[in-house]
Amino acid sequence: MNRIIKQLIFSVVSGVFVISYMNSNGNEKAEAVRSEPPVKEISGNRPAEPAAKEHPGKAVYIKYCLVCHQASGSGVPGMFPPLKKGSWVGKDPKELVLIITKGLSGKVEVNGEVYKSAMPPQAQLTDKEIADVLSYVRSDFGNSFKPVDVELVKKVRSGK
Amino acid sequence: MKKILFLMITMVFIGSCQSNPNKNSNSVMVIAPDKDNAGLKLPDGFSALIYADKIGHARHIAINTNGDVYVSLSDVKNGGGIVCLRDENKDGRADVIKYHGIFDGTGIKIHNGYIYFGADTIVVRYKLAEGELVPAAAPEVIAKGFTPQNQHATKPFTFDQNGNMYVTVGAPSNACQVQDRTKGSPGIDPCPILEQHGGIWRFKADVLNQDQAKDGYRYATGIRNAVAISWNDVENSLFALQHGRDQLGSFYPEMYTDEQSAQLPAEEFLSVKEKSDFGWPYCYYDPMLKLKVLAPEYGGDGKKPGRCSNAENPIMAFPAHTAPNDLLFYTGSMFPEKYKNGAFIAFHGSWNRAPLPQEGYYVAFVPFKGGVPSGDWEIFANGFAGIGEVMSPGDAKHRPCGLAQAPDGSLFVSDDSNGRIYRISYK
Repeated sequence: MNRIIKQLIFSVVSGVFVISYMNSNGNEKAEAVRSEPPVKEISGNRPAEPAAKEHPGKAVYIKYCLVCHQASGSGVPGMFPPLKKGSWVGKDPKELVLIITKGLSGKVEVNGEVYKSAMPPQAQLTDKEIADVLSYVRSDFGNSFKPVDVELVKKVRSGK
Repeated sequence: MKKILFLMITMVFIGSCQSNPNKNSNSVMVIAPDKDNAGLKLPDGFSALIYADKIGHARHIAINTNGDVYVSLSDVKNGGGIVCLRDENKDGRADVIKYHGIFDGTGIKIHNGYIYFGADTIVVRYKLAEGELVPAAAPEVIAKGFTPQNQHATKPFTFDQNGNMYVTVGAPSNACQVQDRTKGSPGIDPCPILEQHGGIWRFKADVLNQDQAKDGYRYATGIRNAVAISWNDVENSLFALQHGRDQLGSFYPEMYTDEQSAQLPAEEFLSVKEKSDFGWPYCYYDPMLKLKVLAPEYGGDGKKPGRCSNAENPIMAFPAHTAPNDLLFYTGSMFPEKYKNGAFIAFHGSWNRAPLPQEGYYVAFVPFKGGVPSGDWEIFANGFAGIGEVMSPGDAKHRPCGLAQAPDGSLFVSDDSNGRIYRISYK
């Protein structure tokens, strides 16, 4: 009974847990985070040459997603789901766009593990930022899914 | 006649014990610890063993006077949210493991012959018949009407010696902003969440179907979330530890550096009296300034106390975000004298100190005298995480969550990551 109630209760609390530096330049902080070793070590496949261009979605991830979903995309057990291989990031991009713009609350199950918490909507992100960050998580943390096109984000957001 | 019968039964019992020494529950049998102390680092003279492993997301622990162990699960496993464990061959480890109950949650206690269980929106109890491991009786509702919530939803509780039960009702919020956890959103003033959350509610331990709003009494307020809550029978008083607020640095980068945000605010050890107010969401405790500071959502600048000069201070401050998840006042006689009546605290470990390494993932000890700490705190048991430095909580192999004292005085610790139950003994 309790479980059913829990499942029915969506968005009682609107916002939670995903770091938002909304409307701030936050560059100094993002830079500081970016220089941390765990972030660098995420991807073993990336070329080590300094000329290698960083994925544009990585900065968005560090700024808005990292605190909860963690530098390695591992999430936090019981609270925030992982974004690693086998997680939801390979789902239909339209659903992923909705999770970012509308948030997601309540109980979810990923890879057989239960997570109970809430992600506040990240509606402040631009269409391009959403496409970038989705493309980034779909190509890092052991994932190799197709990038998400900005046109698709526009389409989902306009409800067409 | 009765006497003869009693004598015969006694003789048969003794005979059976002698013929089967391994199953004898009363002979002095030395419990051998695990070779590596179950991977734990402990003070000299202490040892540890794995009492049970992989039983589910093990939250809090209750131990009956006969030594039977009950563990709450945050998620139902094998059809039950309570794990009932018994050590039948008396080797110190569980050999009977049963799952029971339709609810999952955190709070669990044995009280007056009942298992009390705190699911997220209800507190129930199950009558335990004499010698029964798994309760046959149907659950009875003790307290209900708690609002479903997506954060700080757990309902840990404790009992005093006068027939009362104290239940934590955490705040479904970080700092009572108009838009929770959103930069720039102001704090609601006064915070309406405090009417039904953000405090500790008192109920009758023995009255059925109490409703939080109608029958519950707000015993103390201004507590964001106290997963660790314990009545101290020696002091006859309530103690708890608060999970302090998050994200000072990310919402107010002009006021706090990453380092400050990782260290603010302290996790607070609270001596809770009737009508105590510890100031959440208006205030947080700064362990460097040693005072309650006005939260920036309510006009604070990171320094001034403002209205918080009236908020009660903690009796001890711990590193920020380390998530104290259980509190146990030790009354056993197995451990050395310094531990008597002192407090053990299970720190679940932080998730939001990045880019700094995470902190916690240990059991701490605080010596106590006269209702206050009589010395500094120390790490009692460490090594649960199984790795050097925890950068992300998912890296930790085990995370301490619940504590209980066994009849022999050994200390049980639960791990909600991989479902391990540790048993720590002295000599």
